[in-house]
This record gives sequence, C-alpha cells and structure tokens, in this order.
Amino acid sequence: MTKLPTETQKKLGLVIDLDTCVGCHGCVTACKGWNTQNYGAPLSDVDAYGADPEGTFLNRVFNYEIAPHDGGPSQTVHFPKSCLHCEDAPCVTVCPTGASYKRVSDGIVLVNEDRCMGCGLCAWACPYGARELDAVAGVMKKCTLCVDRIYNENLPEEDRVPACVRTCPAGARHFGDLGDPDSEVSKLVAERGGIDLMPEQGTKPVNKYLPPRPRDTLDKTPPAALETVAEEATGFLAWLDKALERL
Amino acid sequence: MHPAPSVIIFTALSGLGFGLFMWLGLGAPDVYGMQAFGMFFIAYAFAVGGLLASVFHLANKKNAIYSFSQWQTSWLSREGVLSVITLLVFAVFAIGRIFVGVSLDFFGYAGSALALLTVFSTSMIYTQLKTVPRWNMPLTPVLFLLYAISGGALLSMQPRVAGVLIVVLSALQWAGWMMGDARFAQTGTTKGTATGLADRGRVRMFESAHTARNYVLDEMAYRIGRKHAQKLRLIAITLIGVVPALLLLVAPPSMPLAIVALVLHLAGLLTARWLFFAEAEHVVTTYYAHD
Repeated sequence: MTKLPTETQKKLGLVIDLDTCVGCHGCVTACKGWNTQNYGAPLSDVDAYGADPEGTFLNRVFNYEIAPHDGGPSQTVHFPKSCLHCEDAPCVTVCPTGASYKRVSDGIVLVNEDRCMGCGLCAWACPYGARELDAVAGVMKKCTLCVDRIYNENLPEEDRVPACVRTCPAGARHFGDLGDPDSEVSKLVAERGGIDLMPEQGTKPVNKYLPPRPRDTLDKTPPAALETVAEEATGFLAWLDKALERL
Repeated sequence: MHPAPSVIIFTALSGLGFGLFMWLGLGAPDVYGMQAFGMFFIAYAFAVGGLLASVFHLANKKNAIYSFSQWQTSWLSREGVLSVITLLVFAVFAIGRIFVGVSLDFFGYAGSALALLTVFSTSMIYTQLKTVPRWNMPLTPVLFLLYAISGGALLSMQPRVAGVLIVVLSALQWAGWMMGDARFAQTGTTKGTATGLADRGRVRMFESAHTARNYVLDEMAYRIGRKHAQKLRLIAITLIGVVPALLLLVAPPSMPLAIVALVLHLAGLLTARWLFFAEAEHVVTTYYAHD
C-alpha cells in the first residue's frame, strides 16, 4: 500500500555514467520496445506520424552543456533520466488508491494498473518527471526496472537486467543492489563519487549518476597562434574600408 | 501547472459548499422547514457538484472507488473519505431541521468541524507537494479555509460577517501571491542541483530530450498564465474583496446587493483559482528550461 516501507531488503537501482554516455538514445528505444510488448499497458503513441505527435516514454535522454566557472571550454553531457526508485518516494504516499507502492523485497517503485484511477497526483509529486500518464490506457506509467526481466528465468542469464542496461552500447548503465556496500554498483558509486539529483527535495534517490571525469590537460604549453595570412585590402575595398571607418 | 477546468471547479465549488455547511451546522442562519431545505439544497449542490467535477479529471474513472482506501497516507484519499462522512452527518442534521423541526446540535457541530477538515484536506493535496514551491507553504491551507468560510457566509446571507471575512481574505490572498513569488528561489533548485553538476560549472540546456510535447510538459510546464498574472491578480482581488466589501459593509443592507456581491465574489474566486494553478511552477521545469 502507499505507506513507504521503513527499510527494504535490497535497493535495486541504476548507476548511470555521465562520462561514458554517448547520448545515442538506444536505452530510450529499448525501454519503449520492452515495456510496450511486455508487462502492463503498452506505452502508446498518439498521432505518431502526424503534425502533433505525442507518446509515453519511461526514459528520456537530455543534453546539457557545462560552462566551467574558470572560463575553460564547455563540455556536453548526455543525461538519461528515468525513475530513481527513491527511498522516500513522494509519488507513493500521495496515491489515493493504493496503486503506487514500493516493494519491501527489492525497493522497486511500481504502479498496480488495476487500481490506478489516473488522477495524476503522483506525477505532480515527482520532482524528476519520471511518471507519465498514458494517453490511451489512462493509467500512470513509470520505470519498473524491468521487473519482468530481472527475475525471469525464461531468459538467458545475461538478459536478466533492465532493457536499457542490456542495450547500452557504451556500457554507461549499470544495474545492481545499491543497498549492499560490496556490490559492483556500490563500489562504482564510492569510487567515482556518485551524485543524487535534486537532493534538496529530500527524496533519497536510489539511482546514482557518475559525474564526468575531469578533462585531460596538456602537460606542455600549447603551440603559439599561427601567423596571420590575411592580407590588407587594396584598391576599391581599401577605399571602402576607410570610408566606412570615417562615417 | 495546467489549470484544468475540472480541478478549478472542484476546489472552488466544493470549498463553497462545505463553507456553507460549516455555517449551517452552527445554526447561522437559524432556519427550519422550507427555508432550511433551500439552504441545504444549495450546500449539497455545490459540494456534490464540485466532487463530481473532480471525477472528470480522472483518466481511469472505473477505479475511482479505490480512492477511499489510502486515508492513512494520502491527503486526496482523506479528502474523499471526509467529504462523504461530512455529507452523511449533515443529512441527519438537515432531515431534523427540514422535516421534524428539531435542531440536532451534536450533528451540526460535528458536521461543521468535519466540513472544515474536508476543506483543509483539499488544500493539503496541493500544499504537501514540495515539487510545487508556490503551493508548499502554510498560508495555502489558511487561504483555502478562508475562501470556504467567507464564501459560505455570503451564500448563507450574512452580509456583515461575510464583508469582514472577505476583507481579511483579500489581504491574505495578496500576501499569498507576494510570498508565492519568492518560493521557487527559496528552494534553491537550479539546473545545477537538478543534474547534480552545479560544482562543475554553469549548466545550461543544449538539447531537450524530446522535440514534441509530452505529458510532463502538458501537465507541469504551463506558462500562459504568467504573462497577464499581475493584471489578473488585480481583477481577482477587486472581484473577490474590494467591490463585495463595499457592497456589504458600506452600502445599506439589501438582498439584491448581497446577490451582486456573491456573483462578483464567485467570478473572483474562479479567477484566483485559475491563477493558483496557472502560476504554479513545478521543479521538473528546471530540466526543460532553456537558460
């Protein structure tokens, strides 16, 4: 029900490496594909080939630019964003029907579509825009951490990870138990200084983001600027240049 | 936030209905028989009408019955449960006053307290959202309650009480707008905290995640209201408080003037409620804003 568990046995979640992500949107497509063909109402598209297309997605990739404070060159960061399976998930407690819940066994935040009345309050409560009401089904859709893959013994073992993780060609997405300090993902977070999104909202996200590594710096002084090869204007253009200067 | 007509009508009408119930439960006005029938009819029409309007906001109405189940955690569920209990308690009180000619005061007082609790729960649906800083302040429930009891006083034809209440309401509503304007900045949420990259430099949008609109943008990135917000605030405050207060407190008491004051107040209430939604900024917009 919509009371949050005080503790979950596991904290399954994703670790997303902003250094490695190339922004290919492969995870977006894999997510849409898997979650349209498997558990729950399909992720619909409305007017998909028309003038005003709209569709439900559980994962979307933004692109940001960081301009360093010291005036150095800017850096582009590809930024995938999906449900962070927060420990203190505000989307769960606001739900009036009991459709939203956080599992005690693994900490995954899910929606029971047979109870959801489509009021949209959980989407309002989420700071991350992780929940989208499906326009066709009228129920709230969100990342399930591919709950129908990770425990699915009909799949080969290497496929028992979320579709986004399985498909990522850059290896920028990692899946595991962030509640276990000895897990691969926890070690990765400790080593790389994993970050929380909007910590001031107090949601305690389980998913972590690994910040981009510092850029390489040159160990010798950069080469001097090239000599100017452009020549001074002559003739009519020189006259025009002077005339315009005088104006 | 998207100012959906269903939620504007829901909060405005049910607030007025429960505000009128609050006064009726206290025996103001002290009416029996057909007069009581008229008053209770209006109260039920507003309260039930508002609640029905809220159902039109649901994308999957067949599961609406489950919304009574999560009263332990959810303010929306509490609001549903409390409104049904309040309407039932007042049914007993109303039957006594209309058909039997007795005032079952216990049901009246209990009903009045429940009516206020219902309005408080409605306000908490919005106040609880940390994601919408403009709503997330203690003044929000105070304003919802004041709207309900001053509108209720107008509906129950108590010109002097209503006049004083709407003056207080207008002052607090203006203060609420001013305080609300500063709320987003107070949370400290920026693109830097949203991405967690603040200490690396100034973060700005390079490319959005999607070129078309989506549910999140439609629902939480409504901007149209901001352009004329200041003008609409002036219009709202004039209609809610200034003109009705003059009609009720300065002009000699008369039924037609009270009705004019009520109609103006209702128009002002709907304008203010539209602004309540249209002006509210959601923190998710920091992921989308081109700055």
